[in-house]
Amino acid sequence: MIAAARLSLLERLYAKSRDRLPRDARAFQIFFLAALLTTGVLLRDFSVQPLQIALAFAAGLATQAFWLKRLGLQQKGLLSAIVTCCGLSLLLRSDALWAHPLAAALAMSSKFVLRINGKHLYNPANLGVIAAITLLPGTWVSPGQWGNDLALAVWLLMLGTIVTQRARRLDISWVFLGAFLGCVALRVVLLGQSWAIWWHQLGNGALLLFTFFMISDPMTIPNRSGPRIAYALIVACGAAAWQYLLFKPNALIWVLFLATPLVPLFDRLFPGEHFAWRGAGPAPASSVRV
Amino acid sequence: MSLPLPHPRPTRVAASLALIASLAAATPPASAFCGFYVGKADTKLFNEASQVILARDGNRTVIGMRNDFQGELTDFALVVPVPVVLQKDQIHVGDPKIFERIDAYSAPRLAEYFDPNPCEVRKIAREMAAPASAGATLAQKASRDQALGVTIEASYTVGEYDIVILSATQSNGLEVWLKQNGYRIPANASRALQPYVRQGLKFFVAKVNLAEQAKTGFSYLRPLQFAFEYERFMLPVRLGMLNAKGPQDLVIYVLTRNGRVETTNYRTVKLPANVELPTYVRGEFPKVYKALFETQARREDYRVVWTEYFWDMGWCDPCAANPLSLEELRSAGVFWLDGDMSSTGAPGAAARSVVRPRGGGAQPVMLTRLHLRYTPETLPEDLMFHETQDRQNFQARYILRHPWQGDANACPEAKSYFDEVARRQEREAQTLANLTAWDLNDIRGRMNVQAVSAPKWWERLWR
Repeated sequence: MIAAARLSLLERLYAKSRDRLPRDARAFQIFFLAALLTTGVLLRDFSVQPLQIALAFAAGLATQAFWLKRLGLQQKGLLSAIVTCCGLSLLLRSDALWAHPLAAALAMSSKFVLRINGKHLYNPANLGVIAAITLLPGTWVSPGQWGNDLALAVWLLMLGTIVTQRARRLDISWVFLGAFLGCVALRVVLLGQSWAIWWHQLGNGALLLFTFFMISDPMTIPNRSGPRIAYALIVACGAAAWQYLLFKPNALIWVLFLATPLVPLFDRLFPGEHFAWRGAGPAPASSVRV
Repeated sequence: MSLPLPHPRPTRVAASLALIASLAAATPPASAFCGFYVGKADTKLFNEASQVILARDGNRTVIGMRNDFQGELTDFALVVPVPVVLQKDQIHVGDPKIFERIDAYSAPRLAEYFDPNPCEVRKIAREMAAPASAGATLAQKASRDQALGVTIEASYTVGEYDIVILSATQSNGLEVWLKQNGYRIPANASRALQPYVRQGLKFFVAKVNLAEQAKTGFSYLRPLQFAFEYERFMLPVRLGMLNAKGPQDLVIYVLTRNGRVETTNYRTVKLPANVELPTYVRGEFPKVYKALFETQARREDYRVVWTEYFWDMGWCDPCAANPLSLEELRSAGVFWLDGDMSSTGAPGAAARSVVRPRGGGAQPVMLTRLHLRYTPETLPEDLMFHETQDRQNFQARYILRHPWQGDANACPEAKSYFDEVARRQEREAQTLANLTAWDLNDIRGRMNVQAVSAPKWWERLWR
């Protein structure tokens, strides 16, 4: 009797808290990315200046607002611009002030310009970083900046899981992480290396951030689960090859960038419902989502 | 100019000059700009610090290794995985002086300033430059080698070293071969050798040729350098850990063309620097720096690669030692210089505090000085690097500010000046205590100051 009452109380509490929490996964994403950025700047010596972050946000939000107005779109959402600017501030490093805002403007514009079949093609932060390091002088990415701290890794795993779960795209993150760490494990076994190297990779903050906050972007991955898993495997194996066979840096962001054109191909071969934010269910395929 | 700082008093300049001249007779008097270099913490501080000069542009790589090997020369063995069978002319015995030069040029340093008379309005900055203190006949055994899976790809005598380039199909066989051939390698080396064998790397193996060593007339071993092309920008450090007892130090001077170099698989962090320290550390800067580095490395659990210096080698401000000449840069392994670098300070030329960038046409050389203290547990993977586009200069520089030696009653400004000095000294004590983990009260005692309480809020009201 008492147990049943307790259970119903718990159920009511859960329902209440669920209703109060924001439905849009991006709200969580912004909160966690902001927390990670703060941690990075204060505790991990990220070489990003507050002014660079401010300029990135100013340019990113202005660009988003510009395109929304120009295309006459009803959505007033600036959430995705905030997510992208957080991502750029976390990843991109520059010794000039203009690189971050320019990259943010390019990234946000890509969402409105590079569109296929009603979806934007590239993850904006991914495109912004690649555009910056290939086109803008004095920019770079510091893949080692997070270190290989297992405690931090656990935090990233937990926070990332919450976001990807709410975005209903948890499958791609876990498959990617499993496949990439599987490739690292295979290399450890083949070369007879110490397993410490595998743990070292598992604790890599940059890998986990990519897993849960970049490749999981529901707007730039295949709509159906099967192709999503195939895509995750392609990116994971491609990144491992980039890193361990070609010995080039920034494997994750480069391979995601190069693999992205596969997404519209997968969507054409295996049509599925488009993703829509805010948990509002699938939107009609003809509408423009940003 | 490094800092717009006040004018040093002329008498103290002279005194400091004399001291520095006695420290390093070779150092000529310097033109004065922004602060003295009065101390330097070079690699001699750190026992058993290995030093590596790594010059890289594109896939072309030159590695120079300096080992401060202390034991019997017959016990010396160097095993380095290399991507290809090196030809004899890809191997060079270098000059140890180049390590001393590049160390002195990039070492953490102490800069010193003197407060002006607060009663005087005009402020002029001057500075002075630093003292540059200082760096079988195998063929017969071919069938047995084959059984071990070891092939001698080449063998040379270069300088005082007998060098063989080996390829191996199994790490156990390689370990046995090395032991049978008189190389003193640690037990269980095969486990560490295995990943390199399986990646198809060759092994550059050196031991000392005693007869050749005697001919050189040196009591020490000169550094070995080798040049090769390799797509990987890395340094194999794991083999060096086999004998490790406790944390080891490694200083890497990376010379590149474009920008700062950092590690991709470990955090690269700039050392806390450009802070003011109590003036009493003037005479004991090496001790301070050693404690500072130890404390910082320990706080990060030996998992961080520290940047101690990054600068375009064409100039420095102020310079701890003269920039390297064209010949010295070549000797360090820089291979992409074909232009005229005549404006670069040559050794023996007057020490300049600020050496300005070279004239047009010269190709740049960027020096990144990385220092790491590690244990086998904290460095599970070889160091992988990448060259960033970062060109923001950095130096591990610590500042001393000497208070004005006047009377607190000399003028109305003097009283508030000395109040500020007291607060500043307290900040300096706290900074030193934080950086070195030394006891704050001991530091205050050495400084001969009392803890300063913050002024009451009303004290500022009716001033």
